[in-house]
Amino acid sequence: MIERRRQKEMNIVVCIKQVPDTTEVRVNPETNTLIREGVDSIVNPFDTYAIEEAVRLRDKFGGKVTVMTMGPPQAEAALRQALSVGADSAILVSDRAFAGSDTWSTSLILSKALEKIKEVDLVICGKQASDGDTAQVGPGIATHLNLPQATYVRRIDTVHLDSSPKIIVVERLVEEGYEMVEVQLPALITVVKEINEPRMPSLRGKMKARSAEIVVWKNSDLEIKENEIGLEGSPTQVVKIFTPPKKEGGKVFQGEPEDAVNELVKEIKDIL
Amino acid sequence: MSKIKVIKDKCTGCGLCLKACPVDAITIVSKKAVIDLDKCTLCKACLDSCKFDAIEVKEQTRKAKDLSEYKGVWVFAENSNGIVAPVAFELLNKARQLADDLNTEVSAILLGHKVESEAEKLIQRGADKVYLVDSKDLGHYISENYTAKIVDLIKKYKPEILLAGATTTGRSLAARIAVKCYTGLTADCTGLEIDKDKKILIQTRPAFGGNIMAQIISPNFRPQMATVRHKVMPEAQPDSGRKGEIIKESFDSEKVDKRIKFLDFVKEDVSTINLAEADIIVSGGRGLGCPENFKIIEELAETLDAAVGSSRACVDAGWIPYSHQVGQTGRTVCPKIYIACGISGQIQHLVGMQSSDLIIAINKDPEAPIFKVADYGIVGDLFKVIPLFVKKLKETLKR
Repeated sequence: MIERRRQKEMNIVVCIKQVPDTTEVRVNPETNTLIREGVDSIVNPFDTYAIEEAVRLRDKFGGKVTVMTMGPPQAEAALRQALSVGADSAILVSDRAFAGSDTWSTSLILSKALEKIKEVDLVICGKQASDGDTAQVGPGIATHLNLPQATYVRRIDTVHLDSSPKIIVVERLVEEGYEMVEVQLPALITVVKEINEPRMPSLRGKMKARSAEIVVWKNSDLEIKENEIGLEGSPTQVVKIFTPPKKEGGKVFQGEPEDAVNELVKEIKDIL
Repeated sequence: MSKIKVIKDKCTGCGLCLKACPVDAITIVSKKAVIDLDKCTLCKACLDSCKFDAIEVKEQTRKAKDLSEYKGVWVFAENSNGIVAPVAFELLNKARQLADDLNTEVSAILLGHKVESEAEKLIQRGADKVYLVDSKDLGHYISENYTAKIVDLIKKYKPEILLAGATTTGRSLAARIAVKCYTGLTADCTGLEIDKDKKILIQTRPAFGGNIMAQIISPNFRPQMATVRHKVMPEAQPDSGRKGEIIKESFDSEKVDKRIKFLDFVKEDVSTINLAEADIIVSGGRGLGCPENFKIIEELAETLDAAVGSSRACVDAGWIPYSHQVGQTGRTVCPKIYIACGISGQIQHLVGMQSSDLIIAINKDPEAPIFKVADYGIVGDLFKVIPLFVKKLKETLKR
């Protein structure tokens, strides 16, 4: 449970994930598999919008921004990056017992960590991670904590900190337009790219981030039952990972545009 | 006791696992793979890469509860403004196949306001039962209220499988339901089948934008849940003679979550066709040169009744709104035909569209990566090619 806070400020926790940098991912043309060697780890691109939005809200309304990730020790680098663009503090939730957790267990672990933070008005996540693409952990955390949620937020319209409870009005992207939704805090939102343009770290920010202390929480701090986390607690199991059959090289028409167009239309006219 | 281990006798130290590991947790020491357990996330990418079955992961030891009382395949019949979304008909088609393999029935769950007339459509498209919850409190989709009611229904009727569309609604809803029910959910599936021996659902989904496919199961939890990509599976066709049962359930107004309130819906891009729904998408990229040139993309799209997409470059340059962006930070689409015009095919764009059935690329650079994923390509100046293409299509389609 996360209690309502009366203070007229926004304490925000941003949940982020460290992912392989897909701009560096290349595909081996022979085997059509990903070449992961030498690929850097970055902050999930969608999470950078979440961090930026949190920092802007804090600058406007006061409060603090805590950035949190669950992952192996090296995920610390992602937290430092978030600190360099304005987050106030960082928590690394890391334990061998967490390895192999699917979205159910991951969202449980993060929700337990949020309960430990306690003083939270708003949780912000990116709409999904670029490696798993599930978009499940955000709503999962909200459900574990029984918080209201607004997913795919493209704009925070208004913030009322004077009312009790505090309220935000957001625009959430849906298939054919957007919805305006009013949500009482504490709440969880997930954000899309359209919401802002993330800043680059300043030199001062980078220096601050380098020396900042990062709190590490293990399962002994969170006390989650072993049978609810890791491979044991995760309802889903990956049985097989495979590379889809390589796409045969297509037909490419060169030469005069008119001939090329005629050839193409001849090929596709039956399926139009 | 570690959950993952290298079987030393089988390991040859070939290093394939090292390349497959996304978190650099593997090193080769004295010609044997060694896994750093602090770094390992148990993602199992190495298992697949190993040609010698030398890596082992300890599987779940939990005893399955008695799951035999869970029966039937359910489909969440998403609707907007009281009209069932086409993705629900696609799900019904797949649900029918799965249910036949399991020798069980298909049910649709229909929540909304004044949607009763839609229930019959669901029966015609393959549902044996429709659980209908009609309430003024459910007129607009709110995750909290929909979750509460659907979880009630699951507890009451115990389905073994629940499918939803991988739409903004379906994904937000399914994630909440799965957590509430403590069950497994696989996002964005492109393939679903029944393991006929074990009677469980095998879910196939792309990861890394379709460069890798993963097969996922939730054998010890029910219902087995999946969201399914729109347009991957064909719609169930209506059969006006089909009979089914409509079971009315009520929604208790007391249960409305007062912490969240729907205020308004604003429709955008009235003139264009929704990218997710489109059978054909024509996308423009940096090769267009300036925003005015999107006109030729629109003209081609109009000729084909297609939606207009875009690469990230054009959106960032302000040539076209974000809602048109296809790719990693935009939308993932899988239409029947995707036509990429003046798009070079950066990996971030490819991951958003390479599952399309048929890809056509028009680009002046024969070396552009887009040609590697294209079924048909034209190397040439798009300002010459597209107008000719439009003209030829108009002639051909008239017949």
